[in-house]
Amino acid sequence: MNLVIETKQLTKTYQMGEVSVQALRGIDLMVDKGEFVAIMGASGSGKSTLMNLIGCLDEPTSGEYYLDGKRVSALSKNEYADIRNQKIGFVFQGFNLLPRTSALENVELPLVYDRTNRIKDPKKAVIATLERVGLGDRINHIPNQLSGGQQQRVAIARALVNQPSIILADEPTGNLDSHTSIEVFSVLQELNDQGITILLVTHEHDFALYAKRLVEMRDGIIRRDFIVKNRRDAKQDILNIKDED
Amino acid sequence: MLQLTNLFKAAFKSILKNRMRSLLTSLGIIIGVSAVIVMVAIGEGTQAQIEQQINALGTDLIIAFPGASRAGGVSRGAGSSNRFTFDDVEKLRQEATLLSAVSPVVIAGSQIIGGGNNWSTTIFGVSPEYFEIRSWKLEDGDFFTERDVRARKKICLLGKTVAEELYPGQNPIGEKIRIRNTPFTITGILQKKGQSGMGQDQDDVVIAPSTTILYRLKGGQYINMINASSISADLIDEAQEEMRTILREAHRLEPGEDDTFTIRNQAEITEAASATSKIMTILLGAVAGVSLVVGGIGIMNIMLVSVTERTREIGIRLSVGARSSDILTQFLTEAVVLSLSGGLIGIILSFGTSLFMNKFTAILTVINPLIILISFIFSGAVGIFFGFYPAKKAATLNPIDALRYE
Repeated sequence: MNLVIETKQLTKTYQMGEVSVQALRGIDLMVDKGEFVAIMGASGSGKSTLMNLIGCLDEPTSGEYYLDGKRVSALSKNEYADIRNQKIGFVFQGFNLLPRTSALENVELPLVYDRTNRIKDPKKAVIATLERVGLGDRINHIPNQLSGGQQQRVAIARALVNQPSIILADEPTGNLDSHTSIEVFSVLQELNDQGITILLVTHEHDFALYAKRLVEMRDGIIRRDFIVKNRRDAKQDILNIKDED
Repeated sequence: MLQLTNLFKAAFKSILKNRMRSLLTSLGIIIGVSAVIVMVAIGEGTQAQIEQQINALGTDLIIAFPGASRAGGVSRGAGSSNRFTFDDVEKLRQEATLLSAVSPVVIAGSQIIGGGNNWSTTIFGVSPEYFEIRSWKLEDGDFFTERDVRARKKICLLGKTVAEELYPGQNPIGEKIRIRNTPFTITGILQKKGQSGMGQDQDDVVIAPSTTILYRLKGGQYINMINASSISADLIDEAQEEMRTILREAHRLEPGEDDTFTIRNQAEITEAASATSKIMTILLGAVAGVSLVVGGIGIMNIMLVSVTERTREIGIRLSVGARSSDILTQFLTEAVVLSLSGGLIGIILSFGTSLFMNKFTAILTVINPLIILISFIFSGAVGIFFGFYPAKKAATLNPIDALRYE
């Protein structure tokens, strides 16, 4: 076993004035290295809250969280920032790229805040990562000059560049048409094949089938957790669509 | 810690993305800094001009006039021993070793008539040493001599202003003017001296032998003041003290008794005049300084807008691992770069303005390097002060909320 993520009875309660809302009610989740897990659930099921906790953007109300075997709890703001910087790669629904800033500089951003100097040649690493997601010829383009799919690939490159333990993708194709979505999933599947651990949050069942494992959430707890049997291959899907055309 | 050069590079990049807005934001600082520098330059220029004019009178000038300078609350009355006579002048000439020249000054104000015109002016009755003491040169004609003084001759010299008023475009030498019905022959025209440090026209004057004015025009035996010059500017304090001792003796003042006269030297007069203009300089600088602070408020305003506008960017930066301190430094750096570049442009602008004023206006400006340094540092301080609140606001944003911000 080579656990990247392990949570024990993780809960999160939001206090909204008089009312307290229990977003998570005891989550036990284990993610092994090299897995591709899709978390599914309707809105309000707590999947985004779980994502924020795993991504160290927020702290749990109770429970334990281990990342790479190390307990994450009661850390200072700076320590959380450093974990996000070195161990987590985020891919958001709205791409969240810096506007009017080249792909190169967008991908470079996590390295700017890396205080460990793990990556010896940042420029080279950035270009290599952009080539890895198929954007080697677009490094100086700004987001406005890129298509939605290309923008999301820049975002994936940004998540990858710091060699994180896990990539957290929160509805990565929510803003994209289905064809482009499949292209993005082909990139994610390819990365996963290369050994990158991916945690995906989605509410579309079709896209969840690109993952290896599916976790279904409802009302703040995990209802089902199973291996995807008839996993879809994004590359094959693209070929099929082309044949249909 | 992030490298300082990277921080400044990033700040410049972000400022250049909003060129127009950045320029308008800096405008407050640009105007503030150049206003401070130019205002102080005007103040110091005026001060320099005043000092130059006063020193042109002669740095070794000592003036004694009757009346105690210290208002002790006791009036000594106008006793004869309190006022100067020709005897006092004579005693100074004989006994003083540190005074190179001594002249009585008798002052009378009168209307004068000459060349078909009339003019109200001041008449100075002096001895020939007076011209040496005030280093006053002739434009034309001759000075009068000690013999003329003894003979109470009715001759006079005209200041440039008087000459131009009475005899415009003519040579008045040899002509006669009438002062209180007494005819005076003009023997010379004095060179233009311009305005004094106090703003008086020094050329609006008629100068005649002291005896003539005192005995023929005014009557009585008292002179208004004594002008003298020390043998050197360095010995002026000693010369002043010697003059005081001699005058006290002449007026038979007991030791411990207050002086019945006041002696001033050129250095003191210069000081008094420049103290006035120094206050003016400080005032001008302070008013301009206010505009610099207002410029700072402009920066704060725009930085607050910028933080709100870039909430998402802040969220992105936090999510990829920026610490709060990184965000704080980023926005603080932007504010400081804005204000410092504004300061720099302001300095360049003030140089231009000062050059322009020196060349095309009558106002003399002297730029003080210290003021440049101070206003540059101050503009940076304004950036830090007014940039801190917006930067702090940015740094304390919650990453989740910031990422969701629309």
